Amino acid sequence: MDFRLTKEQQMLRQMFREFAQNEIKPLAAEVDEEERFPWETVKKLGELGMLGAYFPKEYGGGGADVIAYAMLVEEIGKVCGTTSIIVSSHTSLCCAPIYEFGTEEQRRRYLPDLLTGRRVGAFGLTEPSAGTDASSLETAAVLDGDHYILNGSKIFITNGGAASTYVIFAMTDKSRGHRGISAFIVERDFPGFSIGREEKKMGIRGSSTAELVMTDCIVPKENLLGREGQGFKIALHTLDGGRIGVASQALGLGEGAIDEAIAYTKERVQFGKRISQFQWTQFQLADMATKMQAAQYLVYAAADAKQNGLDYSLQAAMAKLFASEAASDVTRRCVQLFGGYGFTREYPVERMMRDAKITEIYEGTSEAQRMVIAKYLGVN
Amino acid sequence: MKIIVCIKQVPDTSGKVAVNEDGTLNRASMPVITNHDDKSAVEAGLRLKDKYGCRVVVVTMGPAAAESMLRDMLAMGADEAYLISDRAFGGSDTFATSQIVAAGVSRIGVDPDDIILCGRQAIDGDTAQVGPQIAEKLDLPQITYAGDIAVEDGVVTVRRMLEDGYMTVKAHTPCLITCIKELNPPRYASIAGIMECYSKPVTVLTYEDLKDEPLIEPDTIGLKGSPTNIAKSFTPPLKGEGVMLEGADKNTVADLVARLGAKHIL
Amino acid sequence: MSKLQFQNTNTDEFHGVWVYCEQRRGSLMSTDLELISEGRKLADELHTELCGVLLGDGVEHLAKELGGYGADRIYVCESPLLYDYTTDAHTKLICDLVAQYKPEILLFGATNIGRDLAPRCAARLHTGLCADCTHLDVDVATYVDFLRGNSTLDEKGIGEDKLHEKFGHDLKMTRPAFGGHLMATIVCPRFRPAMATVRPGVMTRAPFDADRAAKTEIVRPAFTLAEDDIRTEVVEVVKAAREMVDLLGADVIVSVGRGIAADVERGIALGQELADVLGGVLGGSRVSIDSGWLSADHQVGQTGKTVHPKLYIALGISGAIQHKAGMQDSGCIIAVNKNPSAPIFEIADYGITGDLFKVAPMMIEQFRAAREAKALTHNG
Repeated sequence: MDFRLTKEQQMLRQMFREFAQNEIKPLAAEVDEEERFPWETVKKLGELGMLGAYFPKEYGGGGADVIAYAMLVEEIGKVCGTTSIIVSSHTSLCCAPIYEFGTEEQRRRYLPDLLTGRRVGAFGLTEPSAGTDASSLETAAVLDGDHYILNGSKIFITNGGAASTYVIFAMTDKSRGHRGISAFIVERDFPGFSIGREEKKMGIRGSSTAELVMTDCIVPKENLLGREGQGFKIALHTLDGGRIGVASQALGLGEGAIDEAIAYTKERVQFGKRISQFQWTQFQLADMATKMQAAQYLVYAAADAKQNGLDYSLQAAMAKLFASEAASDVTRRCVQLFGGYGFTREYPVERMMRDAKITEIYEGTSEAQRMVIAKYLGVN
Repeated sequence: MKIIVCIKQVPDTSGKVAVNEDGTLNRASMPVITNHDDKSAVEAGLRLKDKYGCRVVVVTMGPAAAESMLRDMLAMGADEAYLISDRAFGGSDTFATSQIVAAGVSRIGVDPDDIILCGRQAIDGDTAQVGPQIAEKLDLPQITYAGDIAVEDGVVTVRRMLEDGYMTVKAHTPCLITCIKELNPPRYASIAGIMECYSKPVTVLTYEDLKDEPLIEPDTIGLKGSPTNIAKSFTPPLKGEGVMLEGADKNTVADLVARLGAKHIL
Repeated sequence: MSKLQFQNTNTDEFHGVWVYCEQRRGSLMSTDLELISEGRKLADELHTELCGVLLGDGVEHLAKELGGYGADRIYVCESPLLYDYTTDAHTKLICDLVAQYKPEILLFGATNIGRDLAPRCAARLHTGLCADCTHLDVDVATYVDFLRGNSTLDEKGIGEDKLHEKFGHDLKMTRPAFGGHLMATIVCPRFRPAMATVRPGVMTRAPFDADRAAKTEIVRPAFTLAEDDIRTEVVEVVKAAREMVDLLGADVIVSVGRGIAADVERGIALGQELADVLGGVLGGSRVSIDSGWLSADHQVGQTGKTVHPKLYIALGISGAIQHKAGMQDSGCIIAVNKNPSAPIFEIADYGITGDLFKVAPMMIEQFRAAREAKALTHNG
């Protein structure tokens, strides 16, 4: 068991941190306030390989590993929830299934643009009546000669309005339930594809969360990802990876809030003392730091398992469950340490608290993670 | 064409600076960084590489630990690195340092179309001396305080910054140029760059390796070869508690002006 | 390699203090006059003469003025090749003159040109150079006095006897290092001349003495300088219009806060005028931005910019924690506020309890007078 980072991982973390602090942090409040997708950051991330961190260089990826990817989302999450989920969704939910399940031709066609940020990717599974229960998908795909025709709509799609490449799930055989689901690579300008309304959200407000509408949308046959009927497996596998991303985001949000709280409590004077000198403050911060450290171990262990080709589904579920609940708790307590200032937009902790909440919900709610974990425990 | 960039690892003086009881800097307790101006010089070199496809070679003199800085520069895009490192070189002032670095650069080899870049100055000493002194010792033309650098047919055209403007200066290669950080903000290393940097060559040059270079003599290197000595090193008086000045009239302001004047603040 | 034949270890053979008098297109630099004044002091301590070196094309008329500030003699070299500064030409002439006349001290202004030329000369002359000095002494007693007033050293640390013994006749060159956290006194005991560049604006200019100016001895030494000696070509010299300085680059910032509410227009005008007098820029606390008094780019503080100018003047700013976070690392902080218990006074170096509308005009008047007294005298 090796808890040490390699030399490369240490350098990567340092670079991620500097980039996040210098390029992302200054925009975080504005992106939140204006509900604006940070295109300028996405462009820079792409140029530096941060939109394809752990994929091989031959496809335009960074050639690093999954732990490095987790650190990347974590370091960005420390300063901007919005940007961290953009990276996570793009990487884990769009690039990963294309890399892992795509044909060589599909990889060569789509990955170079995605991994370098020339295109943003998204993942379309959720529907109005199919949330945690994916088997009740209503979007249908019908083979018609050399193409499929897709009809239906998707909601709550992260990166939805910004992406131009989507991995979309649709029923090719409704009679087979979840075994009738297939996955497709869909481009934004395919005929019959359109972006519906964008959600107004409580947190991660700069990220695009949109409805996707397919009306007789024509998808070439060669854009079927994997085999017909393999879609549910692809979705579950992809979401396992996505959980590492979201867990890393939550980890970053909690750690970022602690960083802010430490700086603030060392400055703020009440009753003639810096509030960091009060033991209540110290114990609060000690508890919070311990909690986030535990979350970090869970996240990195899941990332390490994925990197090494092991089954990481249980670890990813535990990491996501623990990190997201820890982030919600820690950011809320940090707002409290800031007092009235913490409730204002003068300081970033209220934003972090709002951003943290969604990590308990998307890519499998905390309840869904508990279902996965319980299944592994054999309690059913 | 190749670009040789001379760089230095320095203590980070932007945070807390630790001072020993004898008034010298407690270097061991401070984090080290690549000197900002030097990193900008590497950036200037990499921009030339982007444009002309030349090789970028980084050189430093320092302890073995300075290798980490060289790896950072290789990750940014430099092609190879040299670390000049030996106890015999310790204690060198700017004169002796430039003597040794110039010897190292000679060893790497300066071709007619090469350019040597340095940062304007290092934040530990702020002397801005080593660049011009290397140029003198290699008998090369120098252009300091460079903003923009363009190269065409072996002629460099440089915008050389002055306090109140700039001059445009031309020189033939090989030449030495010192760069200011404001006009070449350094790029981030890419993920791919970082993953590659440990497979790029770093060559260590010791006294043994360099001792036959004409510039290396016992009385031109190290403490013994340094014309200057530090006679005293001390800390300025601590910034005292603030002073509330009496009153709020002409005399109060006069008192303030006098106090600021005494501290060269005005 | 340097072709100069020069033996400089017989330190007793070297006499006189020299100042390189930088001119740009026929105008002296203000540092020249500071250096001549300081050089006079050193020459008197050494009971020797003070000489200036003036290189250019048609510059002899400047010599008398230098004499008026204390130079006994000016060496003037004129040539069309010296019209614009080039490293090669000036290095050659300085080094040739030093080899011929053997001065014991050689001073340069620490300007962009002085700092280009001095190290090159020191390398060719094989002697020591101390950069960017802020204090110079020969006399041990004056140096000891300086240490007593400007260091934390005790008498043992100062070690006056040892100073006499080891560096009695050497130029003691003191300069800040490590961003001013440390001071170092450098000596060059084995070689001559001892060389220094001196920080502009630090040395005090002596009053102009018309009698002295009239008596200035002008020497035009023979020199050789060919076009081939100069390997750089100056294509153009452009004098920039004074660019807008932003908060981050400013040496002086004058900020206004809630205290100007009584008369916003006048308050801003006073802040701006005070900033202009000191060559600085105007900033503001959050309230002055939120109230629409100043545009957002003026804001100092948590949500604005974090600044560290040499001098920060807070007019009518109470010093809320988020403002202090953005400016408390300034070199010197002056606060003017009506409320004697305003938190800004906790971090101010100098505090004045008073109405900014009364105090600021007096500051403008007296700062201006002080600046003019320092900058004047040049050209009579």
